[in-house]
Amino acid sequence: MDTAPPPAAARHVVEISGISKVFAPSGQGARPVEALLDIDLSIDAGAFISLIGPSGCGKSTLLRIVGDLTAPTTGTVTVNGKPAPQARRDRDYGMVFQAPILFDWRSVQANVELPLEINGTSKAERGRRAADHLALVELSDFANHYPWQLSGGMQQRVAIARALALDPAILLMDEPFGALDEMTRERMNMELLKIWERTETTVLFVTHSIAEAVFLSTRVVVMSARPGRIASVVDIDLPRERTTETRESEAYFHLVTVVREALRGDEATHPPGSSDSRRVAAEGLSG
Amino acid sequence: MAADVAAPPSATDRPWRRRLRPVIGFLTVLILLLVVWEVIKVIGGERWQVDSLLGTGIAIDWQPPFSFPFATDVKLPHTWVIALEFGASDANGMTTLQRLIGAALFTLRNAAIGFALGTLLGLGLAILLVHVRMLERSLVPLIVASQTIPIIAIAPLIVIGLKADWFGVAIVATYLTFFPVTIAALRGLRAYDPRALELMRSYAASRGAILRKLRLPASRPFLFTGFRIAAPAAVVGAIVGELPSLIQDGLARQIITGMQYYSLNAAFLWATIVVSSVLGIGVYLLVVGVESWVLRHERRVETMGA
Repeated sequence: MDTAPPPAAARHVVEISGISKVFAPSGQGARPVEALLDIDLSIDAGAFISLIGPSGCGKSTLLRIVGDLTAPTTGTVTVNGKPAPQARRDRDYGMVFQAPILFDWRSVQANVELPLEINGTSKAERGRRAADHLALVELSDFANHYPWQLSGGMQQRVAIARALALDPAILLMDEPFGALDEMTRERMNMELLKIWERTETTVLFVTHSIAEAVFLSTRVVVMSARPGRIASVVDIDLPRERTTETRESEAYFHLVTVVREALRGDEATHPPGSSDSRRVAAEGLSG
Repeated sequence: MAADVAAPPSATDRPWRRRLRPVIGFLTVLILLLVVWEVIKVIGGERWQVDSLLGTGIAIDWQPPFSFPFATDVKLPHTWVIALEFGASDANGMTTLQRLIGAALFTLRNAAIGFALGTLLGLGLAILLVHVRMLERSLVPLIVASQTIPIIAIAPLIVIGLKADWFGVAIVATYLTFFPVTIAALRGLRAYDPRALELMRSYAASRGAILRKLRLPASRPFLFTGFRIAAPAAVVGAIVGELPSLIQDGLARQIITGMQYYSLNAAFLWATIVVSSVLGIGVYLLVVGVESWVLRHERRVETMGA
């Protein structure tokens, strides 16, 4: 689809530089809301980056800016060496939202084919690729079912298959498992890691679950609120192969603690004693 | 992973029973209506004399205690008199039922053409209006105003203007049909999930693709509500359109005949009313049937009516 990207972009799939977002005041007397302030972030090819932070920290807004669903007030987003709007027109994105947003009137298979139809892919090719991606999320047996016949977790897997149908440069996921129960969520985490492993895609993942962020990611970006800023970046140096044992390992618990403290370090009423969390936050900023 | 599919419908919810329920309800109401009709006749109708009821030899001579002016045998014939009227033959040897069915089919054809044109016009108008905001503000009041003009005033203009043939009649039906479709479509084309629009935008879908793949499919439940109103309206439009055109083949001619001979044989006018009603109910049920087929895959929700 694209021409060969310049060497610099080969390393970073996404380059976010100097992004700020100010929402216009809503109603009289209201002040403009600074949702994001001066965000810089690079995402390597094949990385799994989680954005985590308190509600109102602008993590979803940042994801939407990367996906060109919202325009930034200042700054630029480059995807595959192209500005974000161009990347969207080139269909470089796969998006998964908190709700599956499947079309009720389409079968599971037809839902996965939707982006391919918009893309102008031939009918035979559509069928083949949709079948491949349904196999990837292990829903081949449900191709002819309709969305209402599936459970919430299965619906979300259809949404993931649909997002991957165009083999996007980056998968943008906005709290995709936020509406699922804990058990399903952990199962979905495992599924997502398998898919990520097999497709070697790059993922930008918004969540407010520390456990989920640490378990899934190669790096966790911790954000603080008002204005939304990157407080800290935590590299997750767990072995790439993650299993249920990973969740019980000491390294995992340590990283969960690091992320939790980075999140806490952002609070304004910061107790003077906990110098440790401050150190982590400072490390993250410098790194 | 576990195959957690929705459970099959339980045994208490057998489809044929659910389908039969509205039919039984409708028949109950119909019978109730006939009973009330006859009770009024018994209380305040005219003297009723039968020498031998259905050949059983039972003689009836009933003088109602009251005399309601609206319940005379001319104004409110006995239900069986109306029923028997369907079997009465005219000079050409055709029964009233045959004549009325022929007329109803003629009217139905014009109503169907009017409905088709009205649907296209109504839907096209709504698609235009949702895409051009400015037009919506200026055009919608005009569209509403068009429906406040009595159809009997505008029908002669259209029918005579279009040389008084069947096509003019269909246009009158169109005139009554497009409005409910436009209003339903205006609502329906905006009834999509806004998050689905985001999804479409993330695929850089064109306006046309968004219309075809999201807005139109999402509008279908609303559209069918419009169609349910529009279909009987098309029948009314066709009948009213036939009046000034002096077309002889449709229900309008039969209604006029019924009016002219009202004092001689009121049952005939009632018979035309029955046939017109049946036609209206028929097209309504047709829309309901098509609707439940088209929307068969959508989330199961209780629909109103039959």
